[in-house]
Amino acid sequence: MSVTMKASQATAYNDTVVRQFAIMTVVYGVVGFLVGVIIAAQLTWPELNLGIEYLSYGRLRPLHTNAVIFAFGGCALFGTSYYVVQRTCQTRLISDGLAAFTFWGYNLVIVLAVITLPLGITSGKEYAELEWPIDLLLTVVWVAYAIVFFGTIGIRKVRHIYVANWFYGAMILTVAVLHLVNSAALPVSLTKSYSAYSGVQDAMVQWWYGHNAVGFFLTAGFLGMMYYFIPKQAERPVYSYRLSIVHFWALIFTYMWAGPHHLHYTALPDWTQSVGMVFSLILLAPSWGGMINGIMTLSGAWHKLRDDPILRFLIVSLSFYGMSTFEGPMMSIKTVNALSHYTDWTVGHVHSGALGWVGLVSMGSMYYLIPRLFNQKKMYSVKAVELHFWLATIGIVLYIAAMWIAGVMQGLMWRSINTDGSLTYTFVESVKATFPFYAIRLLGGLIFLTGALVMLWNVIMTAVKGQVVDVRIPAVNAAHA
Amino acid sequence: MEVLYLLIPLSVVIVLAIIVIFWWALESGQLDNIDREGDRILNVN
Repeated sequence: MSVTMKASQATAYNDTVVRQFAIMTVVYGVVGFLVGVIIAAQLTWPELNLGIEYLSYGRLRPLHTNAVIFAFGGCALFGTSYYVVQRTCQTRLISDGLAAFTFWGYNLVIVLAVITLPLGITSGKEYAELEWPIDLLLTVVWVAYAIVFFGTIGIRKVRHIYVANWFYGAMILTVAVLHLVNSAALPVSLTKSYSAYSGVQDAMVQWWYGHNAVGFFLTAGFLGMMYYFIPKQAERPVYSYRLSIVHFWALIFTYMWAGPHHLHYTALPDWTQSVGMVFSLILLAPSWGGMINGIMTLSGAWHKLRDDPILRFLIVSLSFYGMSTFEGPMMSIKTVNALSHYTDWTVGHVHSGALGWVGLVSMGSMYYLIPRLFNQKKMYSVKAVELHFWLATIGIVLYIAAMWIAGVMQGLMWRSINTDGSLTYTFVESVKATFPFYAIRLLGGLIFLTGALVMLWNVIMTAVKGQVVDVRIPAVNAAHA
Repeated sequence: MEVLYLLIPLSVVIVLAIIVIFWWALESGQLDNIDREGDRILNVN
């Protein structure tokens, strides 16, 4: 009885929550990139904070990072994971109510972040600035997310759990652990708390969290996206399914200890720094295995890149993934780090990963999803997708090339010593020399933001033209059940 | 570096959990006959 009831209730996918998260991904993308452009302009011309404390760089910078990582990236992860888990398990989400709760709860977290960060209410921990009441709310939302995701896998109609779900699942579990350990704090009022750790202990926990957030939130989750949307858009199976399994287990087994490379030449014990460096170098292998697996999915069908801008978004994102996962281990080598640390090279590295990998793979996945969520064959304007691709790519290249040059130049100026042992340059001379590169970076950011605005327009037009239709769950082939 | 007394045991617990899940994946047949799984997602929407 209960079995037949379940079957009749669950004849269609829950695309409502996917649609909500997909739309918000695009909206938050524009907001996050805009704040990024504003603070890039402030670095070029500091007067642009207008003397208003709420608009000062120190308050807008965490707003930018939270908006792009957690609002834009987070909504992309929620939306695509709910879509992928339903499609690959051929079942509806286990609970519509809980799924809706994750949407509204997560958006409440974002709204609270937008209010508190400019007000200067912050725990001061990078990428974990939100104060304890918001942290608690996020914990509840995340537990609900885990229940919906793993619950849906539990009721799957297909025996095999597709590789993308493994990546999303690892992301959900690890982020939960990271968040709980790093955000442990003693509240002293509603808006102020003190970290449970202090000094170098706090720094270690912070970057254990920080780098694993890069590894699991910004890498594993988006690899899940990559393993579903690239094969679907290319209409070809992933190059080697076996390699994708090896990629997954190798990545999660080796990731956890890269964090100390953020603390080279600090009070952190030397051996801990070296452990961080070694683990960072090891990561090159699984990262490149996955990158090659994704790109080679197009093997024998390279011509598709010529006229499919969505596929181009996805494949170019993997090129940036390959670049930044080579650059990262290289920068973690202590002798290289002696040059790169505290320079804008680090900022360039982060953005080649964030704009190039996370940004482009999310945008490509959204261009795949949005027409399907609004019962359309394709986006309202494919030409606009093409335009967006070029704007995004040119913007990123300007951004990271400017930061590479600026970073290496700063590193060389800071370490340059006269024959009598005094420093060749004052710090302000290096700031002055960086000015033209800050201007180029701002231009790159503006172009990238323009692309995101084109996308927003295209998505709105597609949604207005389309209609919302329930997608029926196809019958499962007995061989796979 | 007292915090390593928290972080290292935590990593060990996580790695043990990963091993258990990996063992489950092997034993429950998740990795049997995986060559067809890449194709399967292409046939359903």
